[in-house]
Amino acid sequence: MTTQADDELWSAVADPSRRRVLDLLVTHGEVSASWLAGRVPFSRQAVSKHLVVLEGAGLVSRRKQGKEVLYQVEADRLDQATRAMAKLAAEWDRRLGAIKRLAEAAHAEAKEKR
Amino acid sequence: MPGLGIERDVLIEAPAEVVWRTITEPDQMRLWFADRVDLVVEPGATGYMGFGDQGGPVVVQTVDPPKCFSFRWNHPLGEEPVVGNSMLVEFTLTPEGLERTRLRVVESGHELRGWPDPEKQRYADEHREGWGEFLDRLAGVVSERRPG
Repeated sequence: MTTQADDELWSAVADPSRRRVLDLLVTHGEVSASWLAGRVPFSRQAVSKHLVVLEGAGLVSRRKQGKEVLYQVEADRLDQATRAMAKLAAEWDRRLGAIKRLAEAAHAEAKEKR
Repeated sequence: MPGLGIERDVLIEAPAEVVWRTITEPDQMRLWFADRVDLVVEPGATGYMGFGDQGGPVVVQTVDPPKCFSFRWNHPLGEEPVVGNSMLVEFTLTPEGLERTRLRVVESGHELRGWPDPEKQRYADEHREGWGEFLDRLAGVVSERRPG
């Protein structure tokens, strides 16, 4: 079950290039768009577009330092994403457990009848 | 997993044919998936899955016994308002011995809204990398950076 905010968050990081930008922010802390552009195989313009989407989803925030704009990751929002993922994974673990029990019981029963 | 996806697997002490029936027969699906499953398991078939008093459509994609089974569905609505999204569920069965099967499931497409149109379908098919691992790693980095 997801909310609209969850959908926006996940849409924000669906794109592998956008994930790359987010990855760099996570590992390097506060950086500028120019700095990011120097470390990715796509244009400065593309970097800016990705930052806009990431900011829109609340995953990244910005602040001004003199003439520069610096971006950083919003840890809480990232945590939200990972928690949502973990919840979905647990759901599937439960279903797989049920499938296992059902299949093994059916197989055991079939063997007994032989 | 594409933009966002879950990957899980389990080892089952039963032949692939038995596991196949458990995951594809609607009578069985009612025991591990949804309260109500109205479905004909054929590629392209549309059915319905109910969870309590909610439910939604399901569309069968691949039926390749006893190896692969996939379908698209919507998570049921919760109390919060939900923008519909459709997920692709792909089961893969791999024998590991005469009476043992590895069952793997991949659920993907959480970032897509509504039933996929052709562009979204292509996008989903093209983006299949380790979002799970990415998030795991980020979660680790994020928790390290947290004070206290």
